[in-house]
Amino acid sequence: MSTAPDISTLSVGDVVAQRTYPLSRDSLVRYAGASGDFNPIHYRDDVAADVGLPGVLAHGMLTMGLAVQPVVDWAGDPGRVVDYSVRFTRPVVVSPTDGAVVEVSAKVGQLDADAGMVRVDLTVTFDGATVLGKAQARVRLA
Amino acid sequence: MSVNPDLAGRVFPPASPYLVGREKIREFSRAVFATSPLNHDPEAARAAGYADVVAPPTFPVVIQEATLAQLLAEPDAGIDYSRVVHGEQRFESSRPIVAGDELTATLTVASVKSLGGNAMVTARSEIVDGAGAHVVTATSTLVVRGEDS
Repeated sequence: MSTAPDISTLSVGDVVAQRTYPLSRDSLVRYAGASGDFNPIHYRDDVAADVGLPGVLAHGMLTMGLAVQPVVDWAGDPGRVVDYSVRFTRPVVVSPTDGAVVEVSAKVGQLDADAGMVRVDLTVTFDGATVLGKAQARVRLA
Repeated sequence: MSVNPDLAGRVFPPASPYLVGREKIREFSRAVFATSPLNHDPEAARAAGYADVVAPPTFPVVIQEATLAQLLAEPDAGIDYSRVVHGEQRFESSRPIVAGDELTATLTVASVKSLGGNAMVTARSEIVDGAGAHVVTATSTLVVRGEDS
């Protein structure tokens, strides 16, 4: 395995990763194909409007999927993320022309040095508001 | 039609086994902006101790999907898909998924609750490998909006 961060150097509140993800309609089509989620609210403006949405939305699972990637890169191995949970609290509206920008910040929420486990809390925002609630990844570092 | 409260505790038949392909992991990884070499490069994955490329943490949703389709198609479930919103999601892993795994998912309805005219259905899909060992549990909470909301 690649080298994991040394848990003894971490403190609760440390920001361990931050990243910005520009999304376009292409990103949604790509995720639809890769995941098999072809709900048209993720690529058709007319369908989104018909069901009362403000526009075409990113798949919640796309937002969840990308939000953990800064944690994976920090941990050095996707297999170190052993538990990952989120609440979907607000949609990410993706403009056909300008797309959408999702920002992710990951900080240490809890440390258990004996077990080698860290809970990383994610703040995920779009347009100045959080879109995931209680987004937490438990990471095994040792 | 409203959600049938008797769904709680129901266990569905296992879905058909899903054979995890290397290119599927790469494709899914690109879609979620996963750039770790372990997601894409078999040599890097082997050097890290895995049999083949490693799936991103949310990849189990692909395997879970067939079980959610069973739930939505259940004749007495009363779940109108057009009124379903994804409320919560969790993945609890015993080990990461790697290319070559043959996985079988079995769905249990953990709970059905009513909340302010909406129904909250929590569905837990246990995913095991070819040897029957636990790999990951994918849990979804679906919010089924009431007729008036």
